[in-house]
Amino acid sequence: MLTFLSAIGAVFLGFLAATGRIVMFAGLALATAFTPPFYLRAVLREMVTIGYFSLPVVGLTAIFTGMVLALQSHTGFARFSAEGAVATVVVLSVTRELGPVIAALMVAGRVGAAMAAEIGTMRVTDQIDALTTLSTDPLRYLVLPRLLAGIITMPMLVVVADIIGVFGGYLVGVYKLDFNPQTYLDGTRQHLETTDVVSGLVKAAVFGFMIALMGCYHGYYSRGGAQGVGQATTYAVVSASVLILVVDYLITAAFFGR
Amino acid sequence: MTNADPAPKISVRGLRKSFGRNRVLDGLEIDCDSRESLVIIGGSGTGKSVLIKCILGLLHPEAGSICIDGVETVGLRRADRERLLQKFGMLFQGGALFDSLSVWENVAFGLIQGRSMERQTAKEIALAKLAAVGLGPEVGELRPAELSGGMQKRVALARAIAAEPEIIFFDEPTTGLDPIMADVINDLIVKCVREVGTTAVSITHDMVSARKIADRIAMLHEGRIVWHGPTEEIARSGNPFVDQFINGRAEGPIRMETRAA
Repeated sequence: MLTFLSAIGAVFLGFLAATGRIVMFAGLALATAFTPPFYLRAVLREMVTIGYFSLPVVGLTAIFTGMVLALQSHTGFARFSAEGAVATVVVLSVTRELGPVIAALMVAGRVGAAMAAEIGTMRVTDQIDALTTLSTDPLRYLVLPRLLAGIITMPMLVVVADIIGVFGGYLVGVYKLDFNPQTYLDGTRQHLETTDVVSGLVKAAVFGFMIALMGCYHGYYSRGGAQGVGQATTYAVVSASVLILVVDYLITAAFFGR
Repeated sequence: MTNADPAPKISVRGLRKSFGRNRVLDGLEIDCDSRESLVIIGGSGTGKSVLIKCILGLLHPEAGSICIDGVETVGLRRADRERLLQKFGMLFQGGALFDSLSVWENVAFGLIQGRSMERQTAKEIALAKLAAVGLGPEVGELRPAELSGGMQKRVALARAIAAEPEIIFFDEPTTGLDPIMADVINDLIVKCVREVGTTAVSITHDMVSARKIADRIAMLHEGRIVWHGPTEEIARSGNPFVDQFINGRAEGPIRMETRAA
């Protein structure tokens, strides 16, 4: 029994220590934002990588999410003769939840993994030590631009995902479920409030930060050659995905909880 | 040392560094004078790279003192460390060239990012340094992945000397190269060190390289310097560790850890 409890304690202490290390890492990286030099070109380059190159995968997942949502909610609501609520359910679900979460999970898989692999390879081939010896702070040069790009770009990406997702719902609603186009659009606009969109964008900014943080952190501390880099990539994607879902609940509770 | 003697360029005293239970450096002491070329030899895993990383501040020792120009550097704050690092150049064992940048951008990196130099001026200096290591300007536009191992080593050497540092560290400069390319690198190191007048600390297993580039050789074993002296005296050091190492004998006081042992 004592062994079992001590094992639980060890896991809990390990979790707290890891959380502390990640918070310290993020704090040290963000602190470099307040003193020169500033690497604006690096921020722009990362914004293109995170935002522009993620558009196809985010757009594709968003449109199918909106389409499935319209189809499912119509099937369910038909049991209560509430088919008229389909447009409202689609727009609220997409802007509040599915837009930010699905886009973030896609970006975590695509960009978080790439960040961990790139920085991890730089670590195991001494390139990060080389940066230090060339009087360049790796946190300022490698990590901060990615964190800032994540925070700035994810909300932009989610705006696009929201529009495409709602459009997916419209396509199914009008062309498959035979809604009147104007009625569907009215249903979309009628109950949508600014808070719905803003909460989704706040989530997006936080998710962007967490994806970049997990990618950079696990890459930065990777060890042991190719195997270590592979592990860092896995940890980056898994930890970012879990955090996205946990923080999604917390932000939702903060905005809409009673 | 008398009061009239200048402080050594690098002075290491009582340096200790462990990884878990494995004590790598155990009270290591060594000096390196200004403009001297010191080569540290020793078997794999004896802590040669760890010593250099401690001096550069990439690793933090548990105890001991590291003075550069008579100034203590252990425990320096981040900003002071960045300033101190402007005195250093480093040639990493694997080159450690930045994959995402072109060759000339690699060479000019410390000038542009570390010293805020204009890109065009830095590029001219980078191309001059590439020429100094025998590489033409066309190489400057290539990516590191497009170069052979020997060329990558030369680019790394050009990057190490680009900012004309006061102290250069060479980590296994000839490892993985054929004997002819190794000799080319040795010649370049000697030329660069002599021309720029820097202090050089190299670590190597390669005795041909050590004899060529060193003014003084030190032998590291089990975390301590077990012998040091002028290069020409190493053959008659009378030290059993040195004799075994330079003659490459399996039998002797140095025991290699093997599964069968």
